[in-house]
Amino acid sequence: MVEDRMTADLIELRNVSRLFPKGSGEDLVVLEDVDLTLRAGEIVGLLGRSGSGKSTLLRIIAGLIAPSGGSARCRGRDINGPPDGVSMVFQSFALFPWLTVLQNVELGLEALGIDRAERRSRALAAIDLIGLDGYESAYPKELSGGMRQRVGFARALVVHPDLLLMDEPFSALDVLTAETLRTDLIELWVEGRLPIKSVLMVTHNIEEAVLMCDRILVFSSNPGRVAAEIKVELPHPRNRLDPSFRQLVDSIYARMTQRPEPRAAAIEGLPGTGVGLVLNHISSNLMAGLMETLAREPYNGRADLPVLAETLQLEADELFVLAETLQLLRFAQVSEGDIVLAEPGRRFAELDTDARKKLFADHLITYVPVIGLIRRVLDERPSHTAPAARFRNELEDYMSEDYADETLKTIVSWGRYAELFAYDEQSELFSLENPH
Amino acid sequence: MPAHVVTPPSLGRTYVPNLWDVVALILIVGVMMLVVYGGEQINVPLSALDNPAVSLDPWNLPEYALRTTLRMLTAIACSLLFTLVYATVAAKSRRAEMVLIPLLDILQSVPILGFLTFTVVFFMSLFPGRVLGAELACVFAIFTSQAWNMTFSMYQSIRNVPKDLEEASRSFHLSAWQRFWRLDVPFAMPGLIWNTMMSMSGGWFFVVASEAITVGNSTVTLPGVGSYVALAIQQRDLAAIGYALLTMLLVIIAYDQLLFRPIVAWANKFRFEQTSSGNEPTSWVLDLFRRTRALRALSVPFDAATHSISNWQFRMPWRWPRGVAPKWLSRLLDVLWVLGIGAGTFYVGWRLYGQLSETLAFADVLNAVGLGLITLTRVVVLIALASLIWVPIGVWIGLRPKLAERVQPIAQFLAAFPANLAFPIFVVGIVQYGLNPDIWLSPLMILGTQWYILFNVIAGASAFPNDLREAASSFHLRGWRWWVKVVLPGIFPYYITGAITASGGSWNASIVAEVASWGQTQLQATGLGAYIAGATVSGDFPRVVLGITVMCVMVTLFNRLFWRPLHAFGERRLRLG
Repeated sequence: MVEDRMTADLIELRNVSRLFPKGSGEDLVVLEDVDLTLRAGEIVGLLGRSGSGKSTLLRIIAGLIAPSGGSARCRGRDINGPPDGVSMVFQSFALFPWLTVLQNVELGLEALGIDRAERRSRALAAIDLIGLDGYESAYPKELSGGMRQRVGFARALVVHPDLLLMDEPFSALDVLTAETLRTDLIELWVEGRLPIKSVLMVTHNIEEAVLMCDRILVFSSNPGRVAAEIKVELPHPRNRLDPSFRQLVDSIYARMTQRPEPRAAAIEGLPGTGVGLVLNHISSNLMAGLMETLAREPYNGRADLPVLAETLQLEADELFVLAETLQLLRFAQVSEGDIVLAEPGRRFAELDTDARKKLFADHLITYVPVIGLIRRVLDERPSHTAPAARFRNELEDYMSEDYADETLKTIVSWGRYAELFAYDEQSELFSLENPH
Repeated sequence: MPAHVVTPPSLGRTYVPNLWDVVALILIVGVMMLVVYGGEQINVPLSALDNPAVSLDPWNLPEYALRTTLRMLTAIACSLLFTLVYATVAAKSRRAEMVLIPLLDILQSVPILGFLTFTVVFFMSLFPGRVLGAELACVFAIFTSQAWNMTFSMYQSIRNVPKDLEEASRSFHLSAWQRFWRLDVPFAMPGLIWNTMMSMSGGWFFVVASEAITVGNSTVTLPGVGSYVALAIQQRDLAAIGYALLTMLLVIIAYDQLLFRPIVAWANKFRFEQTSSGNEPTSWVLDLFRRTRALRALSVPFDAATHSISNWQFRMPWRWPRGVAPKWLSRLLDVLWVLGIGAGTFYVGWRLYGQLSETLAFADVLNAVGLGLITLTRVVVLIALASLIWVPIGVWIGLRPKLAERVQPIAQFLAAFPANLAFPIFVVGIVQYGLNPDIWLSPLMILGTQWYILFNVIAGASAFPNDLREAASSFHLRGWRWWVKVVLPGIFPYYITGAITASGGSWNASIVAEVASWGQTQLQATGLGAYIAGATVSGDFPRVVLGITVMCVMVTLFNRLFWRPLHAFGERRLRLG
C-alpha cells in the first residue's frame, strides 16, 4: 500500500472523454481524449473558457461523475466514486448553512469515523492554519465571502488529502479578497505547511493560473481538449509586474484567442446554413459600449485583450465571449490576443440609435442563420406568427437544452433591439407586429 | 412570525390529469373498498365497547383538552415519521416516484371526514372491544389530514438540494445515512416546519370532528373537547359550547407559544440563505432555554444522542459497481414495473366495478356528480365573497406595518381555530329565525378557512416593495387604477396561495357543514357533503365510496384546471423580486 503510494502517479488519465446526451440522439462531446498525469509536489492548473469541460474533468477526478470513455486512475486504481485522499474546494464554497464553522470543518472527519477528541483537535488545527481563529462558532451566513472560502479550505485540508482539487475557488470573491487568499495559500504551500501533496485547480483567470501554478493545461472548447501544456518556472512569490510574468500571460492570451476550429462549422460557412450556432447572451448595450470604446482614443480601432480586460474590469472569459460575438456579427476581428474593429463596427460607433438598429438588423439577418430563418418564416406565413417551439426543436438538434435556451434568449433579445420581430413571452410566439 | 409563502403541494406538477392520476385514484378507491368490506365482515358489536362517558361539567375540560392535544401530538409524530420515509423513498427511487407522487396528489384531495366511519370500524376490528381501536381511528383521521402536504414539501426539498452541497457531501465520503441527516433533513427543515404548522392548524378541525363518531346505530365517543361539544349540541347547552370555545382558545395559544414559536425560532438556522436577514423570528421560551444553564443542560444529552445517531455508520458491505448494470436491463425493469402497476390497477379497477355495480346504477353516479356541482358552486361563491371582503381589508392592514404585525398572528390563530366548534352558534341562529339551510349553512364551509386568504394577503401587502408604492403615488395613480395596476398584481401570488388553501379546506368542511343539528333539530343543505354524511350515518358503504370518489375527482380537476394555471401565471409574471 505504502509502496503503491510512493511509486504510482497520484492521478493518471488516459484518453478520457465525456459525452452528454442531446435532444436529437447524437451526443454532445464535452471532453475528448484528455491525458493528464499528476505527480506529488506540484500545482497544476486547468485553464480554459467556460464550456471547455475543465470543470467536468475535475469532477471526473473527484469521482463525482464517470468518464464516458478512457481510463481515470488514482494511485493506480480506477476511480469509482470519490477516491480516498482527494478533497475539494468549491466555487460556491458549498458550506452547510446550518452548521457552524467548526462543525463544517469537522464534517469530513466525521464521515471517516474519527473519534470526537481527535476530530476536535484536527479541526482546530486546520482552522488555526487557515486563519479562522475566533470564528469557530460562527455560522457561514455571518461571514464574508473570503472568510467563507477559508472555511472551505479548512474543511478540505483537515482530512489531510494527498490531492486538493479546487474548482474556481476565487472567482466568487472580489478582487482584493481573492488576491489575499491566493497569496496566503501560496505562502503556506511554499513553506510546506499544507498537509497535502498536490493541487489541481480549475480557473478561467489567466493571471491566476500563472501566479499559482507550476504547470498549466490550456483547454480548447467544443469539444474540450488539452490544447497546450505550459510550464511556469518563475520562483514564488511571483510578481505580476515582472516582465517575464507579463510575457507569459500575453502568450497564453494569444494562444487562447487563436483557435483553429470554430465552435460550429457555420461561423466561416455560408450564411443560411449553420442554424445550430450557439449564441451567447451578450446585451446589445455591451456590444455598443465596446465598439464605441474601441473606436475612440487611445485604441483607434485596435486593442490588446489583456490590456482591455484590465481597463474595462472584465474577466478574460467575459471579454472573449464579447469579442467573439462581435466577430460573429462581422463588427470586429479577433486574432493573436488583439481585437480589431472592422469597418461596420466603426460605422456603428458613429451612428444614431435608429441607424444603429438598422445596421445591426442587417448584420443579424446576414450573419446569424437562425435569425434569418425566423425572419423568413415570419414573412412567409400569412399570420406572420410562429411558435418558439418550432425553432427550439431545430436548435436542439444541434445543441443541449441549456444552450438552446440561452440561444433562444439571445435571439429574442437581439431581435427586439433590432426591431426585426416581436416576441410574446406568455404565448411563446414570434410575430412581426410591434406595438406602435 | 415570518411571512412565508410556500407553494401549495397541490400545485406541484403538470396541469392536465394524466394516466398516473387515474392509476392513483383507482388504487386509493380500491384500498378504501378493502377497508370497508374488511370491516363489514368482521362486524364487531360496537356496544361491546366500554364506552367512556363524557360529562358537561366544565371542570372536566382541562383533562379533555389534554387528551385532545395528546391525540394531536401522536398524529403529528406519525405524520413526521411517514414523511421522512415516504418522501425519501419517492425522491431517491425513480420507479417508486412514478407511483408514490400521483398517489400523494390524489390522497390530498380525498375528503377524510367522509371516511371516518370506515376507519373506526376497521381499527376497532383490530382491537375488538377496546377503546384503543377508536383512539387509533381518531389519530389516523388526524394523520390523514396532516401528512400529505408535509410529505410533499419534504419530497420537493430533497429533489432540490443544491448541487454543490450534494457534491460536497459525496466528495467528503458521507454515507447515505449521514447525508440524510446532515443534508436532506436540514435543507428540508424550513418548508417541513411551516407545513407541519399548517397541518397542525388544520388538524384541530379534524380532531374535534373525529372524537364523536356515529356508526349505524351506535355512537363512539372519546373523551375530548370534540365529544364535549357533540354532547353539548345534543343537550342544547350553549354555555357548555362557550366553555369549550374558551378552552380551545387557551390550548391553541399554549401550543403556539410553547411548541411552535420555539421550533420556528430554532429552525431559522436551517433557512438556506447566504446572508442573514434582519427579521429573525424570536421566542421567549427558546430564549429561556438558551439562557438558563439548568434548562440548557437538559438538552445536552439530547443533542449528543441525535448527533451520534446521525453519525451511525451504515455502510453497504458491497456496492453495485458504477456503470456495470447494462442499459437494457434497466429498461427491461422499467417495462416490467410499469406492466406490473398497470396489471394491478386493472385488477383493482375491475373488482371495484364488480362490487359497486351490484348496488349502484349509473343514475347514482349522475346524482352524485350533480350534487358535487352544487357544492362546487357553493365553494366558488364563498371564495369569491370571502375574497371581496378580505382582500381589501388585508391590503389595508398589510400596508401598515405596525398594524400588520399585530393582526397577522391573530389571523393565523383564527385559521388554526377549529371552526366546527363554533357551528352550533350559527345553527342556533338559523333554527331561531327559520332561515333557508341551503343558503345559510353554506358560510360554515368557509368559516374556518377564510383566514388563509386574509393572512396571505396581509403577507403579500407587507412584502409589497416600498419603491413601487412611491412610484405609484408620484404618478398620481389612485382609485381602481391603483388597485388593478399596482396592488392586485403585487399580491396576486400570495392571494392565490391563500385561496387554494381556503378552497381545499372548504371542500373538506362541506361534509360537516352541509348537515347540522341542534338537539333534535336537523338541518340539511343539498350537496355532495350532505350526501356523503347521510350515506355514512345510514351505513350505506357503496354510496359513501361513490361520494368520496366524486368529490376527490372534482377537487383534483378544480385544482388542475383552475388553480394551477392561475398559480403558474402568478409565479411567472407577477412574482416581485
